[in-house]
Amino acid sequence: MTSATSPALHTANERRRFGSLAWHVGALAVLAVVLYPVIWVVGASFKPSKDIIASLDLLPTKPVWANFSGLADGISGISISSFFWNSLMYAGLAVAGVVLSSSLTAYAFAKIRFAGRNLLFTLMIGTLLLPYHVLLIPQYVLFRNLELTDTLVPLVAGKFLATEAFFVFLMVQFMRGLPRELDEAAKLDGCGHLRTYWSIVLPLSRPAIITSAIFTFINAWNDFMGPLIYLNTPEKYTVSLGLMMFRDQEGISNYGSMIAMSLVALIPVIAFFMAFQRYLIDGMATSGLK
Amino acid sequence: MTLVKEAPVRPAGKRSAAPAAGRRGRRRENLAGYLFMSPWIAGFLLLTAGPMIASLYYAFTSYNLFTPPQWVGLDNFTTMFQDPRWQKSVEVTLKYVVVATPLKLLLALGVALLLAQKRRGQGLYRAAFYMPSLIGASVSVGFVWRALFSDDAVVDRTQKIFGLDVGGWIGNPDYIIYALVALSIWQFGAPMVIFLAGLKQVPQELYEAAEVDGAGPLRRFWNITLPMISPVLFFNVLLESIHAFQVFGSAYVVSDTRCGPADATLVYTCYLYQKGFKEAQMGFASAMAWTLVIAVALVTAVLFWSQKKWVHYEEAAK
Repeated sequence: MTSATSPALHTANERRRFGSLAWHVGALAVLAVVLYPVIWVVGASFKPSKDIIASLDLLPTKPVWANFSGLADGISGISISSFFWNSLMYAGLAVAGVVLSSSLTAYAFAKIRFAGRNLLFTLMIGTLLLPYHVLLIPQYVLFRNLELTDTLVPLVAGKFLATEAFFVFLMVQFMRGLPRELDEAAKLDGCGHLRTYWSIVLPLSRPAIITSAIFTFINAWNDFMGPLIYLNTPEKYTVSLGLMMFRDQEGISNYGSMIAMSLVALIPVIAFFMAFQRYLIDGMATSGLK
Repeated sequence: MTLVKEAPVRPAGKRSAAPAAGRRGRRRENLAGYLFMSPWIAGFLLLTAGPMIASLYYAFTSYNLFTPPQWVGLDNFTTMFQDPRWQKSVEVTLKYVVVATPLKLLLALGVALLLAQKRRGQGLYRAAFYMPSLIGASVSVGFVWRALFSDDAVVDRTQKIFGLDVGGWIGNPDYIIYALVALSIWQFGAPMVIFLAGLKQVPQELYEAAEVDGAGPLRRFWNITLPMISPVLFFNVLLESIHAFQVFGSAYVVSDTRCGPADATLVYTCYLYQKGFKEAQMGFASAMAWTLVIAVALVTAVLFWSQKKWVHYEEAAK
């Protein structure tokens, strides 16, 4: 009995182990290619400027700090921290705006039965597919006439007015999934919509809200076209524009500091990602499906 | 607790009030609905619907921001269609969409199939593969790309090892667009995650049944996996191609800031930006924007029309 089954088991086991090994080799190979640029920028930030393009080594042979200490000088008289502060303000206001306005709107779509709800929902979804560029010019004209260019207002106004349909949609999908009994019970207990929204639906929607908040933060931090169009004085520039200033004014001569600042600019995004990747990935998956 | 005690009383009270409260209740719900979504309504009117009408009007005017718009009829469109740089921007954008979208989705699907297997550490792999999707849009990564693909840098030298001596991609008008394509493909994480979620929903019994019938892995993929994930595939094709039409930041940062050399990365939105914000030709730029809207709407319509032929929805099976 044992002599009959054990060789078979043995080969099955071996085959499984080989399959697993092949899987890991394949996955690691793809991973190496995908992460190469990220590791490269970390390594390059510790290389002397002249080696950054020319050297093929992924990591520096003799790490130098000069690129980072060079950042302390700032760019044409503006300190690096000013760019970071501006980006932080932009991202912070954007998060507050999206969370507040999108959750209110989503509550209405998910939990209140009002006339015209389906039509408005269709309109809202329609804006998801609309190329942003068709709105760009009239919005610019509008904010210019209101004399609000060169401030953060044009960049964050839309966030406070729930124009980011993706997040509204994400929250609607999530709120629809919450047990109906909960808000019905709240209603029986005499809660109005505001109370139900604030004390029941909002706390339970935390995963969708966190996902939206992090995506908003990262999008605002990475945003390039918005600041490029609306901000004119270098003191008000966000990190993205600060980086472009670096490139245009220092050029190849100070490649090291440019790469070092690129890395520093990525740190908040990577840190957020590492802390919340689970939410982000699940949020991405649920919004993609139903 | 209170709920249990009060429940029998309240519904009774409610029911007796129901006929009178019906219409008033409905009106109150309507009011609450509109109040809750007032931020969205304001945003929709002020920042979406209003601007759409305005840009439709600007598209038929000559407008430089400083003097009031002048009605010029179809002039913007006729100039646009004859403008060689506009034609170039259409060509560059189409090349980008047609090359980048399928390759990105192929890689996303390949990696999703790999990660769909239950193995140790798959969560970690999934997270690592997703990261480029988040940082890829930043100016930082644009610089990294410039550095990797420039003359005598990593990509150039690696090519030489394989005897493909074309020089750096960044300075070469024939190749720089493929550096942008590579940057787009690198961000395959978002469609990958959506594919993964789709793969998870394929019933395992189907595979078991097919195996009993003697179907090999390729046949199982073609006859089970692909039809079962076709709705997700459709969603990804739609979203990724619409996104690809609107690429801007990477074209601006990876190339020089004029989307060159020789207009090689003059994607549609880059030309729109130059016309509108550098040359203050708001009318022309609006005409370009509307042409983009129509193009995207056409692509969407064609995809929706084609889905009848290849997207398999499960309702029939259920």
